Amino acid sequence: MKSNILTIVKKELSRFFTDKRLIFGTVLLPGVMIFVMYSFMGEAMTSLFQSNDKPDAVSVVSMPESMTAVFHAAEIEYKEVPASDIETIKGQIAEKETNFLIIFPENFDADVAAYDISSGKPAPNISFFYNSSDTNSSNLQTQILGIFDAYEATLSNRFDINAGGQNADLASEKDLSGMIYSILMPLLLIILLFSACIAIAPESIVGEKERGTLSTLLVTPLRRSELAIGKILALSIVALLSAVSSTLGTLLSLPKLMGGAVDSGGIFYTAGDYFFLAIIILSTALLFISLVSVISAFAKTMKEAETFTSPLMIVITLVGVSGMLGSSPKNPAFYLIPIYNSVQSMSSIFSYDITPLNILVCVASNLVYTLIFVFILTKMFNSEKVMFSN
Amino acid sequence: MKEKLQVNHLSKTFSLSAKQQKIEKTKEKYRNAVNDLSFSAYEGEIFGLLGPNGAGKTTTLRMLSTLIKPDSGDAFIDGKSIVKEPEIVRGKIGFLTSELKMEDYFTPNYLFDFFSDLHQVPLDVRKTRKEALFSRFGIDQFAEVKVGSLSTGMKQKVSLTIALVHNPDVIIFDEPTNGLDVLTAKVVTDFLQEMKAEGKTIIVSTHIFSLIEKICDRVALIINGKLITCDTLPNVMNGLSLEDRFFEIYSEMVGDEI
Repeated sequence: MKSNILTIVKKELSRFFTDKRLIFGTVLLPGVMIFVMYSFMGEAMTSLFQSNDKPDAVSVVSMPESMTAVFHAAEIEYKEVPASDIETIKGQIAEKETNFLIIFPENFDADVAAYDISSGKPAPNISFFYNSSDTNSSNLQTQILGIFDAYEATLSNRFDINAGGQNADLASEKDLSGMIYSILMPLLLIILLFSACIAIAPESIVGEKERGTLSTLLVTPLRRSELAIGKILALSIVALLSAVSSTLGTLLSLPKLMGGAVDSGGIFYTAGDYFFLAIIILSTALLFISLVSVISAFAKTMKEAETFTSPLMIVITLVGVSGMLGSSPKNPAFYLIPIYNSVQSMSSIFSYDITPLNILVCVASNLVYTLIFVFILTKMFNSEKVMFSN
Repeated sequence: MKEKLQVNHLSKTFSLSAKQQKIEKTKEKYRNAVNDLSFSAYEGEIFGLLGPNGAGKTTTLRMLSTLIKPDSGDAFIDGKSIVKEPEIVRGKIGFLTSELKMEDYFTPNYLFDFFSDLHQVPLDVRKTRKEALFSRFGIDQFAEVKVGSLSTGMKQKVSLTIALVHNPDVIIFDEPTNGLDVLTAKVVTDFLQEMKAEGKTIIVSTHIFSLIEKICDRVALIINGKLITCDTLPNVMNGLSLEDRFFEIYSEMVGDEI
């Protein structure tokens, strides 16, 4: 005897996999969109801090002897200009026609050498002018300010910090990538997974109810529980595919988004990490699909189902953000809280801080919640108030 | 004759919403859609449920097909209770109504196989049955056309074959000719008579007198959820046309206000 659950799963999947538009819209499009969007955002952010053309030579009034070597070492081009041009050049900077103007006091080197801090007189003053809305100008401002600070420090050196330029940050590349992944990925994954669920489950439950095709199934010897389990299994498979596509899109574009701060992901994670991640995502997909299915069965129309699920999206996002704050709790009891448990478990995997017991508690509790929702969905399929309320 | 369907004191009440109460100018909170209904149907007969709109025909058929549960009473199909053994009952009946739709996306061929699987029909039986039914209704040329692209009449024929994938002994048909053109309606009524000749029990509900006169052996007249009379067609008609007899009974019941 063929299992009815299998028959339902097969039908739901064949509805999906033989429809090119559905596959494109649910599986391919999210991944491609995320990849394109994040890559574009990454490019845009990088180009914000980079300019394509070389900066103009810095205009300098009364260039002191001491500074020529410093500017040369920093590879900053400059040209000397007479004091009479100051106002013209300021105007040009405002118009972004040139980038930078520095005005030194006339005898800068001598004044600096003669200056006594304890005298209480104002110190020799360098003025400069730039335009913060001009990328070259704003970059020069940062660079030149740094040069002056460093020069000032050499004049009155009392102590050094990390002299010799050794590498002070002992975090490995693995830790850095892990930190960035553990901050971003749980939030993204949980949102992408939930979006996939609300994109497909309402159509299959309330959509069928609205079109009257669900009643046709209800007059066959099929048990309501078989229908509930079959639908949830099939929809979870589709939701997982959609989530995998979105995740790939995210992982591939994340290095671009972070502007090289992370490596092209994954290389530091072991097979065990991926296994834990997979079972967490699988159990979360089942939980989300069964939850959204119950909500959809309760709704009278597709529109109503959308209205019911949108507040949930906000809750999911807020819980997802919890993965960004601090490290994951160690107490297994926290891993009984739905959604929060998945976010924290994923966060612990990405930051190489796995507690297998907690992950098992998370997966087991998700499965128990799914069973509860399957039970509720079965009851709803049995309820004439829910199924024939129109 | 063997009793195939036995309906015992079936009742169903719906609660009325405040809005409905206002529209119908009533203070009643509940409406008896079906009120203590009892009748039987036998092997090899077409049994008609006749009544005006809102009489409770559809509610009765929905209870018989286990889509909704009675508040009290029970019905037995081939001895199986619709309340206690709904899954077994669903395996014994073929239920057809315009409310039950097919998914537009699938083809008649796919749907026939899918519903055969749900009814646990063996593969070889499914094949011969599909061939016979598809050629009987001229579906064979449309077997691979998506249901959404079929004409209304063809859709109705496909629905009919899908309701019969398991060759049920009891066929329950709500408004069998509603919305069909005369040609398709004839195909359907001819088929019901063939089924009767094969010894099936067929329950149809309708408000169309001519349909009852044409195909039914026995008829139950229902008004406001109550069974008014249930007998063979000639006995109910009592020498009049069914239409005249209906209005005679109706005015006896509710006065002249129609």
